[in-house]
Amino acid sequence: MPIDKQSPFTLFAIDHVLSEEERAMQAVVRQFVDARVKPFVADWFETGDIPARELAVDLGNLGVMGMHLDGYGCAGTSAVAYGLACMELEAGDSGIRSLVSVQGSLAMYAIHAWGSEEQKQQWLPGMAAGTAIGCFGLTEADFGSNPAGMRTNAVRDGSDWVLNGSKMWITNGSVADLAVVWAQTDDGIRGFIVPSTAAGFTANTIKKKMSLRASVTSELVFENVRLPAEAMLPGVRGLKGPLSCLNEARFGIAFGVLGAARDCLQTAIDYSVDRVQFDRPIAGYQLTQKKLADMTLRLGTGTLLALHLGRLKDEHLLRPEQVSLGKLNNAQAALDIARECRSILGGNGITLEYPVIRHMNNLESVYTYEGTNEMHTLVIGEALTGLPAYR
Amino acid sequence: MKIAVCVKQVPDTWAEKKLRADDSTLDRESADGVMNELDEYAVEEALRIVEAGEGEVTIVTMGPERASETVRKALSMGADAGVHLVDDALHGSDALATSEALAKVLSGRGFDLILFGSESTDARMSVVPAMVAERLGVAQLTFAQKVTVSGGAITIERATDYGYDTVEAATPAVVSVVEKINEPRYPSFKGIMAAKKKPVETISVADAGIDQSVIGASAAWSAVVDFAVRLPKAAGTVVTDEGDGGVKIAEFLSAQKFI
Repeated sequence: MPIDKQSPFTLFAIDHVLSEEERAMQAVVRQFVDARVKPFVADWFETGDIPARELAVDLGNLGVMGMHLDGYGCAGTSAVAYGLACMELEAGDSGIRSLVSVQGSLAMYAIHAWGSEEQKQQWLPGMAAGTAIGCFGLTEADFGSNPAGMRTNAVRDGSDWVLNGSKMWITNGSVADLAVVWAQTDDGIRGFIVPSTAAGFTANTIKKKMSLRASVTSELVFENVRLPAEAMLPGVRGLKGPLSCLNEARFGIAFGVLGAARDCLQTAIDYSVDRVQFDRPIAGYQLTQKKLADMTLRLGTGTLLALHLGRLKDEHLLRPEQVSLGKLNNAQAALDIARECRSILGGNGITLEYPVIRHMNNLESVYTYEGTNEMHTLVIGEALTGLPAYR
Repeated sequence: MKIAVCVKQVPDTWAEKKLRADDSTLDRESADGVMNELDEYAVEEALRIVEAGEGEVTIVTMGPERASETVRKALSMGADAGVHLVDDALHGSDALATSEALAKVLSGRGFDLILFGSESTDARMSVVPAMVAERLGVAQLTFAQKVTVSGGAITIERATDYGYDTVEAATPAVVSVVEKINEPRYPSFKGIMAAKKKPVETISVADAGIDQSVIGASAAWSAVVDFAVRLPKAAGTVVTDEGDGGVKIAEFLSAQKFI
């Protein structure tokens, strides 16, 4: 007789709190990931090479790129649907979800929110279709959690701007057609759209990564890059610009990491039911069941938290410190789950034959990027006490 | 060109399928329902025909309430409208009854072309398309791996064991497709959102003018009198090679009448 068992999401009746449309969108992304990502991603991870352009077009055809934005070829879905898409993509690999997060929530969102009508018309339809890939340059080698200290600068020369400096850890950098770059100016921090063909622009791929290997990570270098006045994003000045974009991406990550965690947990459950030691499946031992139960609780409660934040976002009530709740809790939970699942898989847990260690290594990056665990902790600390403790 | 695509909601292909203890019919509640895979190819082909020329695609299904999800999925792929025949009286219908009900729903709607997947993953009989064509008195072009529409003529390549036959008929016609025909698209998010606003007509057996006495379990031409759950796989036999492995394998194959 087949063993009667429920998946963690079935146990939490997660489907029950989703609309038919949300379930349909989730199902499409899951189907895509099952067919087009999962069979290949271990090889992409091993070789550190992904067919980014091809994937971007396929994801554009689905409508994933900038899906929660309106107009300009974007699908205009709910925030919850966007979150669920991130979850399904990250169940494939955090690198694929990162490609989509950077495209939609960082580069496209910046142009959508702060760009001129001409900039929107020029870039957004191609980016929504996935034929144009964007990246987002905020972080620098010496300025991660403290972006206000950035050294990259743009100086006026007649009506032009001349851009100098470098950006670090830039997802999609080497495959991008355009970079949204934040730089110091005489008018505070401003955003610029830099085409990858601009003279003086170089993207160097970062190698020797042990995490997010199925993702392009780069250093961007600007040497006297001359940009016309129209390259500047007119709608925002100061750190509010990039931080509002990060808030969008972090929202997606709060969902996304749970996809990776779910894939690990389901793999560990299936493995532990099949794996026999001392004449019994290891799932039949109390030590394993405690691990599985604890992980299921964290996955399920994290998912309910993400969905709650998503509903708030769809009602335009979501505040940045609430996004921090989601990113902090869920990235930590996902990383813990991945590590515990690795232990359940024993020796098999260290190979790319199973997705677990790949997710685990990826989540080390996700834990740090888009606001470190420490920074989100301090955001929540400030929200509770009114006392900022960043410096 | 007015195209109908008949689709069926079936239990998820990978799910453990169960029969109901009370009436020996398929337990449709025990597994997630999905669109029969081959029907996705039929929907895709209909959309391609319309996109290459003009016309509209109507999705037709017969099934319980939740089969509307399958209609919605086809609409999110790009079809224009749906017709859902739902009635408790249909429960337990066999292929003959199903074809009678579908023919009643399809007739009088002016379809030039009626597409089917060539079989469903649950019943796997492959007879309903032919039966519907017969009941409607139109040509049947089955097991198509390629469909060409030109004026009032439909030409298909019928997949066979040795290659294919080229078969042609005038419209209206029924065509069933095999999976070689195309690669079905994923519904796009825009398609999913647009599907909500597309018209789906829900009709009963009475609305469709179907004779109640020829449908349902009681009218079925055959009855399931008993069923048993498949036995679990027995453990395999391990043969240790003590220098005579080849002989042992040959003996095993011979005992199983493979050689």
